[in-house]
Amino acid sequence: MSKIEIKNLDLYYDDLQALKNVNMSIAANRITAFIGPSGCGKSTLIKTLNRMNDLIPGCHITGSVTLDGEDIYGKDLDVNLLRKRVGMVFQKPNPFPMTIYDNIAYGPRTHGVHRKAMLDEIVEKSLQDAAIWGELKDRLLKSALGLSGGQQQRLCIARALAVQPEVLLMDEPTSALDPISTAKIEELALQLKEHYTLVMVTHNMQQALRVSDTTAFFLLGEVVEYSDTEKLFSMPVDKRTEDYITGRFG
Amino acid sequence: MKSARAAGTPILRPGGSRLLNTLRANLLHWKRHPFSALIRLACFLSTCITVFALLDVVADILIKGLPNLKPSLFSLTYTTDNQSLLPSLINTFIITALSLIVAVPLGVGGAIYLSEYAKRNSLLVRAVRLTAETLAGIPSIIYGLFGMMFFVISLNMGLSILAGALTLSLMVLPVILRTTEEALLSVPDGYREGSYSLGAGKLRTVWRIVLPPASPGILAGVVLSIGRIVGETAALLFTAGTLARLPSSLLSSGRTLSVHMYVLAGEGLHIGEAYATAAVLLVFVMLMNGLSGLISRRIIKE
Amino acid sequence: MRLKERVMRWVFAASASVCIAAVVLICVFLFANGIPFFKKYDLFAFLSGTTWSPDIYDTGKGVYGILPMIVGSIYVTAGALLIGGPIGILAGVYMARFAPKNLLKVLQPMMALMAGIPSVVYGFFGITNLVPMVREVFGGTGFSILTACLLLGIMILPTILQLTYSAVKAVPEYYFEGSLALGATEERSVFRAVMPAAKSGILAAVVLGIGRAIGETMAVVMVAGNQARMPKGLLKGVRTLTSNIVTEMGYAADMHREALIATGVVLFVFILLINLLFSILKRKGETA
Repeated sequence: MSKIEIKNLDLYYDDLQALKNVNMSIAANRITAFIGPSGCGKSTLIKTLNRMNDLIPGCHITGSVTLDGEDIYGKDLDVNLLRKRVGMVFQKPNPFPMTIYDNIAYGPRTHGVHRKAMLDEIVEKSLQDAAIWGELKDRLLKSALGLSGGQQQRLCIARALAVQPEVLLMDEPTSALDPISTAKIEELALQLKEHYTLVMVTHNMQQALRVSDTTAFFLLGEVVEYSDTEKLFSMPVDKRTEDYITGRFG
Repeated sequence: MKSARAAGTPILRPGGSRLLNTLRANLLHWKRHPFSALIRLACFLSTCITVFALLDVVADILIKGLPNLKPSLFSLTYTTDNQSLLPSLINTFIITALSLIVAVPLGVGGAIYLSEYAKRNSLLVRAVRLTAETLAGIPSIIYGLFGMMFFVISLNMGLSILAGALTLSLMVLPVILRTTEEALLSVPDGYREGSYSLGAGKLRTVWRIVLPPASPGILAGVVLSIGRIVGETAALLFTAGTLARLPSSLLSSGRTLSVHMYVLAGEGLHIGEAYATAAVLLVFVMLMNGLSGLISRRIIKE
Repeated sequence: MRLKERVMRWVFAASASVCIAAVVLICVFLFANGIPFFKKYDLFAFLSGTTWSPDIYDTGKGVYGILPMIVGSIYVTAGALLIGGPIGILAGVYMARFAPKNLLKVLQPMMALMAGIPSVVYGFFGITNLVPMVREVFGGTGFSILTACLLLGIMILPTILQLTYSAVKAVPEYYFEGSLALGATEERSVFRAVMPAAKSGILAAVVLGIGRAIGETMAVVMVAGNQARMPKGLLKGVRTLTSNIVTEMGYAADMHREALIATGVVLFVFILLINLLFSILKRKGETA
């Protein structure tokens, strides 16, 4: 069944239209990839899903986005609760300038968990889920800023998992990482889809092909084609998709 | 459709009054997170208190000061009757000019050395940085003591406008040095490379290519320094003295407007005149601030 | 032409060195004029003596204890910090994170003006407004520790506010966004994710505020009453290290004068320590 339903979504930055009539249903426990040239709206759309676009002055929308049938732009929605349910991993790893433990515990503490035993358990579980417990278990009280880029990104994934989200948004999560770290993150993504719904923006078509179940191709704020990843890459319906995946532009 | 929505406020779909909707969303948010609301309120109130304190000072001085401005305050000679501020005002201009004549070339020259000649992190550069920072942190009363011992006594200048101006020039030196260095560093390297590639020497490049675009920044620093000099009292009491007369030479004593203000306020006899003097000082500082703001805004535009 | 280049290079280097020379000169002159006093007067008695009774009539029986002034400076500075610190930090955070752009455009020049108002004008405002207010509300003469704290608190506000503002502004936006994405409110994100990253910058702001307060002279002299005795209460008068110098230097001679210069030396050492702390914190903030 579909986890997120986007209907007739238009998004504007002041007068500039950045997304045009987007319709999409994102399936639960699948990895959905957004691809397209830069500036095509893929990052804008992913930020729409947890309302990080609230931060951009002048940004406004029409149409609807629902999560499990609930309108996430509805008047009575608690945006903080929404972001707890829809976690996000950023392009550049952004651990807070505190210990590894405090980084993971930040989210749970935010949502009212303060018991030490409980936090310990969450920290261990999250790090294990992010496949980095083995590497970090002996240095939980060291600063997170001392980790390598790849470790930092997996820490950020663990941090996102610690608040028990239902959806995990990843905005080009490997663009700042080396190939080995990238491979680890991709592997992790494949494991995570068992429990979470993943949406990933990527500039790397190979990555989309390797990891995702469904792919959406964006061009100039429009979804040109949205289908099974395999189908999209082997038999694209639209000429523009074909041009893009064969490298004729972008 | 132009949106008036500021960053951080929730995005709402069109429909109904935007203002009401935003208000409603904020209220709901604060009801859900009362502690966050409290924190934001505390920050807002602190800002209000700060602004209120400033407005209180400015309004009090201007409202009670400006009506007390009368022609007798601007007569050329000071008497205990007229409490004229004109001699002090003229002294202020002389001391300001003298201080700048000394401090600006030194500060600008030093900054040129730091940004154009010296190697990054050489011993001299680090020493200059450290000492400039130290100078900036020394309170004016210490400058006053030093000026008294060095310029007034050791160099035998006596309580004089010259001694006062030299003391103040040391005080504003780090301000000019720092602002000039920042201005020079913000000049793109391409300018310098272009000049060198045409065969120009270093000196010519600095003079003709680097200094002109940096001059508004330098000017902003100079204006800031003028504000400091005009407002200074403690460093002048024991260097330039408190004589309320026009100076006959650079070696005669003379009080600036701030020192005049201090003496007037201390006597407590001429409150009206003191208010008027304070108003003149305040207006001057406001003008300087406005000017410096104007200059830096011009820099940003370019 | 080559010669000119070389000469100017030296001229510029010499101008840069003036800062070094100035600091060296200030140190040398202060210490050279202050140290002789300690040959005649015990350093410990000077620092820990509670009586200040200068030998004005040349009887050879002056007593110079500056503990009251040291304590006075500390009280007044601490009080000013108690008032100006929290308000300055919170207002700095408000301006850096919560204030709408249009409001910020008005607030910034206001804070620059507030930092630029001369001490004598603040002092005069203190005499004409704060002193009567304290007298009416709390009693006493109004010339008191409390008045000095209030006035200094206002005076260090813009310093603390502006430095806090820059420290918070310098924190990369992704800390804030990372916290929001975990479902924290904006306020929580600022105080729990952004502020820890700006910690040393904010501390530096507070330390600079301390430096300003302890070094401030004119405003304190005008409202603090200046009694050279151990501070006895919030509503009683107080004399600080700075005001000790200003009130008596005008007529002091010989030993008395040297004692005042020695007071300056003590103040100078305090200031150097505070400056050192400030630059350490500032560097830490820049590298972190």
